[in-house]
Amino acid sequence: MSDLTTRGGASAPDHGHGHGDVPADDLARPLYEGPGALPAADIPHRPRRSDFDPKAARRAERQVSALFLLSMLMVVLFVVAYVAIDPYADVYIPMFGVVGFQTFALGLTFGLGVFCIGAGAIQWAKKLMPDVEVVQERHSLASTSHEDVEAAEQYERGKEESGFAQYKIIRRTLIAALALFPIPLVVMLRDLWSPKNGSFGPSPVELLSTTAWVEDMPIVTDGTYVKIRPEDVPVGGLVSALPENIMEIQEAEHNLNARGKAAIILVRMEPDEIRAQQGDGWDYQGILAYSKICTHVGCPIALYEHRTHHLLCPCHQSTFDLADAGNVIFGPAARRMPQLRIGVNAEGYLVAKAPFAEPIGPSFWERG
Amino acid sequence: MSTTEKVGESVATYVDQRVGSNRFLGRSLKKVFPDHWSFMLGEIALYSFIIVLLTGVFLTLFYKPSMVEVVYDGSYVPLKGVMMSEAYASTLDISFDVRGGLLIRQMHHWAALLFIAAMSVHMFRVFFTGAFRKPREFNWVIGISLITLGLGAGFSGYSLPDDLLSGTGLQIARGIVQAIPIVGTWGAFLLFDGEFPGTEFISRLYGVHILLIPGLILALVTVHLMMVWTQKHTQFPGPGRTNDNVVGYPLMPIYMAKAGGFFFVVFGVTALIGGLVSINPIWIFGPYTPDQVGAGSQPDWYIGWLDGALRIFPNIETVLFGYTISWNIFIPSVIVPGIVFTVAALYPFLEAWVTGDKRDHNLLNRPRNAPTRTGIGVMAITFYFLLFIGGGNDIIAITFDLSINAIIWFLRIAVIVLPPIAFLVTRRICIGLQRRDREKMLHGYESGRILRLPHGEFIEVHEPLSLKERAVLESAIESYRAPLPAPEKVDANGVANKHYRRDMIRYKLSRWFYADDIVPPTRQEIEAGQAHVSHDAALEAPLHEYDEDETVMVPFHGGVLHTAGEPATNREQLEERGGNL
Repeated sequence: MSDLTTRGGASAPDHGHGHGDVPADDLARPLYEGPGALPAADIPHRPRRSDFDPKAARRAERQVSALFLLSMLMVVLFVVAYVAIDPYADVYIPMFGVVGFQTFALGLTFGLGVFCIGAGAIQWAKKLMPDVEVVQERHSLASTSHEDVEAAEQYERGKEESGFAQYKIIRRTLIAALALFPIPLVVMLRDLWSPKNGSFGPSPVELLSTTAWVEDMPIVTDGTYVKIRPEDVPVGGLVSALPENIMEIQEAEHNLNARGKAAIILVRMEPDEIRAQQGDGWDYQGILAYSKICTHVGCPIALYEHRTHHLLCPCHQSTFDLADAGNVIFGPAARRMPQLRIGVNAEGYLVAKAPFAEPIGPSFWERG
Repeated sequence: MSTTEKVGESVATYVDQRVGSNRFLGRSLKKVFPDHWSFMLGEIALYSFIIVLLTGVFLTLFYKPSMVEVVYDGSYVPLKGVMMSEAYASTLDISFDVRGGLLIRQMHHWAALLFIAAMSVHMFRVFFTGAFRKPREFNWVIGISLITLGLGAGFSGYSLPDDLLSGTGLQIARGIVQAIPIVGTWGAFLLFDGEFPGTEFISRLYGVHILLIPGLILALVTVHLMMVWTQKHTQFPGPGRTNDNVVGYPLMPIYMAKAGGFFFVVFGVTALIGGLVSINPIWIFGPYTPDQVGAGSQPDWYIGWLDGALRIFPNIETVLFGYTISWNIFIPSVIVPGIVFTVAALYPFLEAWVTGDKRDHNLLNRPRNAPTRTGIGVMAITFYFLLFIGGGNDIIAITFDLSINAIIWFLRIAVIVLPPIAFLVTRRICIGLQRRDREKMLHGYESGRILRLPHGEFIEVHEPLSLKERAVLESAIESYRAPLPAPEKVDANGVANKHYRRDMIRYKLSRWFYADDIVPPTRQEIEAGQAHVSHDAALEAPLHEYDEDETVMVPFHGGVLHTAGEPATNREQLEERGGNL
């Protein structure tokens, strides 16, 4: 029975030890007594059915092994499902809708196979293994005063023998050397933005401040890349557009960077509905071109409410008034949407009349 | 001894002679762990992490972390012939052309969500029960680091498929980096190898997602568990449970079967969900292109609160000496999470300093017995949920036909006003519960039975508390602590207190923390009260004289019916089993 009261190490809890700076009242006051401090043997225990009914115990035994058997069966079915089910067939499952038949079958068989092992083990523990609570004493984690002294002595000995205190110049140069040694690791991060053909090219500020738009650059639709005539843009409509040479740039640069900056939207309203623009006559017969990239954190915007002329960002709900120079009317964005000055060329197609007058997209430190 | 056992023994000896494992086994197989359902939360986190690792390894066999544009030629017809990154194309292949690939991908995603959810709930369990107190402060800090890493793991993984939704997430992340004063622009260019989206970021993120973060998590989880092992698990108050012992079941066989079995249960349930419930159907979103976005863009749930902060913050931006400071992005995305995680990590040290409590705590607090802490926790949860609502404000506006502007304005105000209210209300509720506990300890239960005594007096019979309830309620005595005494400017010897101002702040904080707590009755008062209650109950005894039923009330486990003659304690149960565990 002694095994019951303390399993492993029967030493009494050591209140006074390892609490160097504890106020006296904390030590004087016992932490816990009363019913909480019952000897383990007297802890109430309610017997389970399987403890006194051999029939119940045998039933539990059958349940556990049945679960393990079911698990094996599921693994076999898993392999069957992997080999036999058409990977492209769908199946309707009530509540879950249409799902891939094979994915469903594999998940079901694998899931149940694994689940049954766990369920069996837990059932075994709960019904057949002893459920008598046992008690172990805790021991203070702090070192004994003897060990404290030993540690201090060994530290002192090491300090003496190395002469760390004595050789002042060694100590200082070592500290300085250790302080400098991470520098190469940081410096080498510079080429995370790597040079192309041996040159770093334009600075971040230049890159963030320029787009593919230049004077007389024809505007083409996004997706089909056809040039746009003014009459192609209906009043109240919104057209996503790009510069004509966007695919050439993409093929030359092998990335989508130019697209990410040059994307614009064209909207058309009755000329008398336009209350303000970012420059006089930047529209063409009521057609306005604005950047598509939100000035908050850069999501592309295409939610346009044509009656109010509001443009709403789907990411963080910044709202811009395109009839009023693209100014922010609500939400977290702090800057207006940059406007692109447009006109038509000799062939009657919409073109940019000038590059963007200000950087598009999210703010940055050097933007000013 | 069977042949298998003989082989096992010789293997054990062979290994022991080389690493000394038997010494460890002898001590460890009998190690006791306390039992409570809430202790499973951390287990769920651990197991879902293992599932994420296993399924993740499978995914690496097929996924290509490359942003090179290719023409899709897989079996998903709607995207045939579309230009897309190799990352997206290979994710489509995993979903449609690798048998079981979609199951593993969905299991990976579900298990990742479960991992972060379980860690978060586990953290709140630890917080509200005071399990972070001495000697477990370091493990709390490790836990907060694990949650932070979990968010990083989730976000980096979410971004790898390079679909339209995840690319939008990256665009937002880049916008946030760019908003960091001074270093932001360069930081963004270094991370992305130039402009957005570039061609390198997915492969860089891949290294972070499959090596750096999981490596750190694995290392920290190991330390976390080793510390739980060495310090021994905390336990809730109950019969036989003190601050200096552990009452529970031994590792072998109970916990091996229960915890090991539970791993399979979590694994199995994840597989069932992965097979049944679609998550992140990237084929619907389409490949990423920086000039398109879907309406109702939502991050995974754990990023929701950060996205919410970004959504509701007012649009403040300053230009100072020609430099732009985007407060509207920098504060909600960098400063707010920075403060949240720092304060969370430091909380155990702050509380210990304020309360001046230097004792070891192995017995858990009931949340009501630490009203101020519980209030702080509920305040944090309120703050979190308001931001979380902010993260879904567009969905809420559409679902409930509300004005999005009204929701944002409500949240801007509520996020400042509601958390303190939640704090005060919670604290009051806790103190009310303390008061009721005190009543119960002194006067037992109201049974609702009215008894007429022989001399005509009517009394309501009060019933004594069961042993278990007494142990639980009386833990208030251990939890209670008086506020620190007021510091003195000059001590008894006339020496001025140099730290008077600091001590004064601490004294005031300590009063704020403790002063309103209900003082629990002393042990003598409880004994006297319970004895009085038993006396009441004894007056009823004549009524039971004619009871033929063998069943009597035995006061334990909340007073369950107990058949006379059955074992009622551990000792009797053991004797019945032949005294053999």
